[in-house]
This record gives sequence, C-alpha cells and structure tokens, in this order.
Amino acid sequence: MKPHWGKLAAVVIVLAASVIYTLPTWKPNLWPYKKINLGLDLQGGIHLILEVQSQKAVEGVLERQAFEMRDHARKSSIKYDKIDLVDGKKIVVSINGKDAIDKFEKVLADGFKDLRIASRNTDGDTLAMVLDIPDKEAEHIRQMAVQQALETIRNRIDQFGVSEPDIRIQGENRILVQLPGIKETQRAKDLIGKTALLEFKLVDESHDVDAAVKGNVPAGLELLYEVREDKETRRVSKTPFLVQKRAQLTGNYLTDARVQIDSQYNEPYVAIKFDKKGAQLFEKISEENVKRRLAIVLDGKVYSAPVIQERISGGEARITGRFTTEEARDLAIVLRAGALPAPVTILEERTVGPSLGSDSIRQGIVAAAIGGLLVVLFMAIYYKVAGLIADLALMFNILMIVAGLAGFGATLTLPGIAGIVLTIGMAVDANVLIFERIREELRTGKSPRAAIDAGFRMSTWTILDSNITTLIAAVVLFQFGTGPVKGFAVTLSLGIISSVFSALVMTRLIFDYLTSSAKVRTLSI
Amino acid sequence: MEFIKPNTNIDFIGKRNYAYGFSGVLIVITLLTLLFQGGVKYGVDFAGGTLVQVRFSGPVTVDAIQKGFDAIGISRPQIQTVTDAGHSEYLVRTEKPVKTDEQFTNQVEKALKDATGQDAEIRRIEMVGPQVGKELREKALFAIFYSLLFIAVYISGRFEFKWFQSAIIAAVLMGAVYGLELLDVGMAYVVPVALIVTLALFWYFDLRYAMGAIVALIHDVTITIGCFALTGKEFSLPIIAALLTIIGYSLNDTIIVFDRIRENAKKFRKLPFDSLINQSVNNTLSRTILTAGTTLVAVLALFVLGGSIIHDFAFAMLVGIVIGTYSSIYIASPILMAFQGIGKRK
Repeated sequence: MKPHWGKLAAVVIVLAASVIYTLPTWKPNLWPYKKINLGLDLQGGIHLILEVQSQKAVEGVLERQAFEMRDHARKSSIKYDKIDLVDGKKIVVSINGKDAIDKFEKVLADGFKDLRIASRNTDGDTLAMVLDIPDKEAEHIRQMAVQQALETIRNRIDQFGVSEPDIRIQGENRILVQLPGIKETQRAKDLIGKTALLEFKLVDESHDVDAAVKGNVPAGLELLYEVREDKETRRVSKTPFLVQKRAQLTGNYLTDARVQIDSQYNEPYVAIKFDKKGAQLFEKISEENVKRRLAIVLDGKVYSAPVIQERISGGEARITGRFTTEEARDLAIVLRAGALPAPVTILEERTVGPSLGSDSIRQGIVAAAIGGLLVVLFMAIYYKVAGLIADLALMFNILMIVAGLAGFGATLTLPGIAGIVLTIGMAVDANVLIFERIREELRTGKSPRAAIDAGFRMSTWTILDSNITTLIAAVVLFQFGTGPVKGFAVTLSLGIISSVFSALVMTRLIFDYLTSSAKVRTLSI
Repeated sequence: MEFIKPNTNIDFIGKRNYAYGFSGVLIVITLLTLLFQGGVKYGVDFAGGTLVQVRFSGPVTVDAIQKGFDAIGISRPQIQTVTDAGHSEYLVRTEKPVKTDEQFTNQVEKALKDATGQDAEIRRIEMVGPQVGKELREKALFAIFYSLLFIAVYISGRFEFKWFQSAIIAAVLMGAVYGLELLDVGMAYVVPVALIVTLALFWYFDLRYAMGAIVALIHDVTITIGCFALTGKEFSLPIIAALLTIIGYSLNDTIIVFDRIRENAKKFRKLPFDSLINQSVNNTLSRTILTAGTTLVAVLALFVLGGSIIHDFAFAMLVGIVIGTYSSIYIASPILMAFQGIGKRK
C-alpha cells in the first residue's frame, strides 16, 4: 500500500494554515493576521440606510438662480411681473414691455447660460418663459449631492471617533452607514442625520410677529422659532421670530468651530471662525446693520438672535444656546464637517445595544458547544473507533470554518453562529454516508481494506452531489442576503466545503493509516 | 450499534398513497390558514415598521408600556414578552416606520420610565421603511426562485446528463423574470408563476429527477410556511435563510436516495422500478435517519439555548428537517416513479 503523500501534504498544509489564521482571534498580538470580525448583531452597533433627498439639492440650485435672477433684474432696472420658483422644478418668468424683455434676454444670455428654456411665449408685449435645469445637469447635481453627503457623513463620523466604520453609497441615492461597537447610538444618529445648514438671517422688526404667527407672513420673510428647554423644570418655551428669507451668510464660509466655555455663566458655547471672504461679508453685514438683530439659524431653528452692537471684524462669532457639553461638541463637529447638500432620511435602521450583543454571543456559543458535544458523543457511541475519527474530523472542520472566517475577512453574525451549529449537525453526514457504505461492504464479506476502498469510492460522488446543491442554495443566499443573513451564507458555505474536505481527504487518510500499518483484520465501525 | 437492521425492507412505495394523502392534508391546511389570515405574517423586515426591544429594571405591566408609547404618539403597538431573558424584557412593534432620528431613544426611554416607574433600557431598534421592506420581500422571493432553478439545472445535468437542455430552460426563465422585473410587474405574482412554468417545462422536457426533487422542495417549503402561519410566527430575513437551508438540506437527502436508485438501476436491471426505489430507500434509510438525528440534535440545542433572536430561525429549521427527511423518502422518489410510469406509456 503506497502512502498518500499528496493527501498528507494537503491535510498538513490546510491544518497549519487554519491554525495560523485562527490563533489571532484568541491571542490578538501573536502575528499580524486579523481577528474574526464580529457583526453588528454580536458586538452591538448601528446599521443605517439613509436616503439623500438629492432632488432637494436641485431645488436649492434653482432657488439660488431665481434669487440671482431677481437681483440682476433689479440691478438692470428691469420691471418684472414674476420671477418665481414653481414646484421646486422650474422658474416661471413673466415680463411686460418690449424694452424690459430685451434687457432681460441680455441678462439671461450673460448670466444664466446653464438654464434651459423649457417654453417661451410672447403674447403682444408680454413674455412668459419657463426655465429649468437640463436633465443631464440635474442628474449631475443629484449625483454630486450624494457623493458630497457621503464625504460629509464620513467626516463627521471620523471626528466623532468610531473605529472601523463602514460608510458607502448604495444604489443611486442611498448611503449605507455601519458603526460597529458604538454605545451612544442616539448621539451618533443625530450627528449623521443633521443637515447642519447654518444661516445668519436678519430679524425683521417692522412687521408684527403676532400677526405672522396667526398665518399672515409678509412676502420675503419667514417665521422661525427659538425652542428652549429648561433643563430643570423641563418646560419648553417657543419664541417666534420674523426673519428675512434670504440668508446674509451661511456656514459655507466656516473654517473652524470649537467648543469653548463661557467664563461668566460657565456654559459651553461654540466659537466659529469664518474664512477670508466670510469674514469680509460678516464685517459688511455687521457694519450695515448696527442695532439690528441677526438670527443664527441652524436647520430652520433659531439658536440665538443677538443685537449687533458694532462692526465686527476678524470673522469670529459664537453660537450660544444653553448647550450641554456633549451637545456643544456635536454641534462643533457637524459645523466643522460642513452641511449636508440635501436632507437625508433614515430608510432602515438596525441598532443593537452592546449588552444584547454579548448575550447573543454567549447563548450562541453555549448552543454550539452543547449541540456539538451531543453529536460527538453520539458518533462515538454509534460508530466506536470510526466515530472517534469522524469526531476528530468534526473538530478540524470547526477549526477550518473559524480560520476561513478570519482568513477571508468575513463577518461572524448570530445567524452565522447558527450556520456553524447547523454545520456541526450536517458535517457528520458525509462520514455517516461513508461509514454506512463501509458497513454494507463488510456485510458482503469484503476485507476491511477492500470495504474501506469501496466505501469511499461509492460515496464520493454522492457526497459531492449532495453538498454542491446545498452550496448552490448558500451562494444564492449570499447574493441576495444582507448583513446577518450574508454571515449565515458564509459560514454555511465554509462549513460545506470544509466538511467535504475533512470527510473525503482527512478521514480517508486516517483510515488508510490505520489499516495499512497495523494490518487490522477487524474494523471498529 | 445499529438502529436499522441490514435486511430491513419496508414497503415505502406501497404506502405512497397514504403519504400523498398526509402531505395533501398538510398542504390544504397550509393554504387554508394562509387564505384565512390573508397571506403570511410579515415581520418588520418585510412589512416595514419599527421594532423596539426594551429591558426594564423591574417588573412592569403591558398596560403601562402601552401608556408610555401612547405618550410619544405611537399608538397601539404590539407588545410581546421576551421569555428567555430572565428579565423584564419586551418586544414592542408598530406597523409604522417611526422616525427614529432626533432623540428617539431618549424620548422612548423617558416616556417609558414615566409610565412604568422603572428604568428602561433600549437594547435593540429595527426600523424598516416601506420601500426597503418591499425590496427585501422581492429579494427573498428571487433568492428562493433562483436557488430552485440552479438546483434543478444541476440535478438534470448530473443525473440525466442534460446540462445543455436544462441550462437553456433556466436561462430563458431567468431572462423572462428579469424582463418582467424591469417592467415593474409585481414580483409576488411573477415568481410563483415562474415556478409553475419551470415545473411545466421540466415536465415537458422529461427531466424527471429534477422534477421529483423540485416538487419535494416546494412541498417542504410550503409546509414549513404553513407551520409558521399556524403558530402565528412572523417572517423575517433569517427565516428566508432557514427556508433556503431547508431546501439545501432536503435536497441533500433526496439526492442521496436518487444516487442509490441510479446505482441500483445499473446493478439490478430486471428489477421493476417500484422495487428498485423501495430497495434504494431502504439501503439509505439508516444514513437518512442518522443524519436527520444529528442535525436535529444540533438545531434543537440552538432552539433551546440559542436565545430569542435566533429562536424562530431554529424553529423553522426543526420543522424543515423533519419535513425534508419525510419528503425525500415518501414524496421525491414516488414522484420519480410516477413520471417513470408516464414515460413508459409514451
């Protein structure tokens, strides 16, 4: 009987590789291979799918264009009936008088080449025009909005400090965010979801606020509220402000935002710093509006509305609002990272607290251990020595699965642990098939040697067939599954491959060794 | 040690009508239950909605929890105890995908504390928007359809050497389904119809091994779904994973029997087909029962000890293993024979 050097080599190599890849999971700094990644369901964390409302970015562009168009028209003293944004999709223009029309055409040709003229009607002296953004350009704006949102969110997360976040674009306008191991889940969510659009708007004091609250808001103005919650009494107070719709200055010009502590009230506030252009703008605004109030607005909420005492140069300002230190810190982060180009909504959320995750690991491991032990005992009792060989193969099997998970950088999830438990049950199947076959051959009076040969030969294809079909199901599952389910597909696939290997190669090798060297006449099976 | 004695010869084929009857009853019960309930019960994954798992520091009443959720505008949630936790722990679910940003956790914890007088800790939140839910539903249907299709191709290829024929059938079907997907036809109708068309095509081209296997698989999946419907359990993503695993497992069994039939057919050329099948099933019976046993033991450990999150998954697997084992003995092989009979008459 010639020894199977090839098989022996294969087994030794696979085992050595398995040990090398498995060990770091228990002793992290042994050598530079990675530990097994635990899924969010096991270590706790957040999984979010966000939708970027990228159409809003297109609307924003159109709104600015409409505003500039009115500005230009005013500067060139063109009298217009209407330059309005309609449905957030198109700018509707209506101008009366030949002279005005000519001048407007010139403005349009000079400054608004990007806009498409969707329709144009001249009725006598009246020009009615509809302008919009070409589809291709709109598509580009939408794509950029998603890209920019991704960058901004990544920036915020980095500053918040999460190890190994996974943030990427999914499909057209979705962003997947996975933050493993994070404990302050709500804070993280607030940080991600905030649009963080910072605006400075002049407060209008020439109109009646009370009338506006009743629904009578004058044109060009809007009604915003300052919401304050008293930390002790938990009373919420809302103060209405009538402010100009148009922002004097936005967070675009920010270069820095930091938390500082007010020495007088011992309260944290956020100190912001503008870039050069922002500083100039700020200086000009403050100069022109001394004694007026300037509202600091974040995402449509007024934070404070101080009175401008004098011209402010140097480009620094502070945002106060009775923050806790954490709130101030998070606000500084979002201001530094910049505003999202368009609002985002959460389409899907899966948050697992860290305590639940560790419970799941514990229960999963206990189930795997007990299940495994029962199967091992059963095999040893039913097949005696052969059963022990199968048990040995089963151990190697689990070792190979664990090594595979670490080696491929796959993620172990709770269903993944279930996959391992299932594999323990199913892995012995290949051995059972072989053993039953060997028993059958022995019954026909064959010698142990011949029975083993025949047993393996007859069952090889059966084992391959039955496992390949299961593998097909697992691969399809991997393709269609998400998160935890994918983890299950991975462990199941690894389990199938390693159980075939351990049954056909490893068990065979041991049987061959036992029967060739000891010249056995009986087989303990 | 031997459970099944070597010369066991149970007449499985002879009792096939009982098996058909038994399966028929199970399937009718499944269909009636589904009809009565208006389809399967979807969990948050597929229906969309919000699920919150919350642990209290002491005993609370369901009414108090209800009140707490009412206070923050989430009315009439379904509240369920988490049994294995050994704590006062509840799963709260609403149909609506709640906006979970902006202080949601803090709000809920505060409202629950006010209502119950116990500290509340949110351990898990799952929120799935309706759009995502619909997409996941379609993905799940596709997963089941494609795995059945690929498996059918593999079986036809391996057992009847009709790789080419079956691959073309599969390619045409996939193309058709993909086309309909682009046209935005509801996948909930397309996939079942595509399955029926698949069966018809395989029957027409006389790919009977694949037919037998697929009928058995559909049988297993249907009955497992029925058990879920009867016990009022919800469908979630892991359950789909369980169904696909059941497909793999049951097939495993079926193929081993088929393999033996093929082998015996070469060995005993004169034996009538029903005896051939009987003998093959008996030959592999010991293995069938042993493997089912070890797998059941492992899954049972998972069912009892694995914790609440994996509980339903383990339940589906338990049902599936039992049904899958039964079907590979009593359903797949007799169907193979039924088609053999038709083939001879041709």
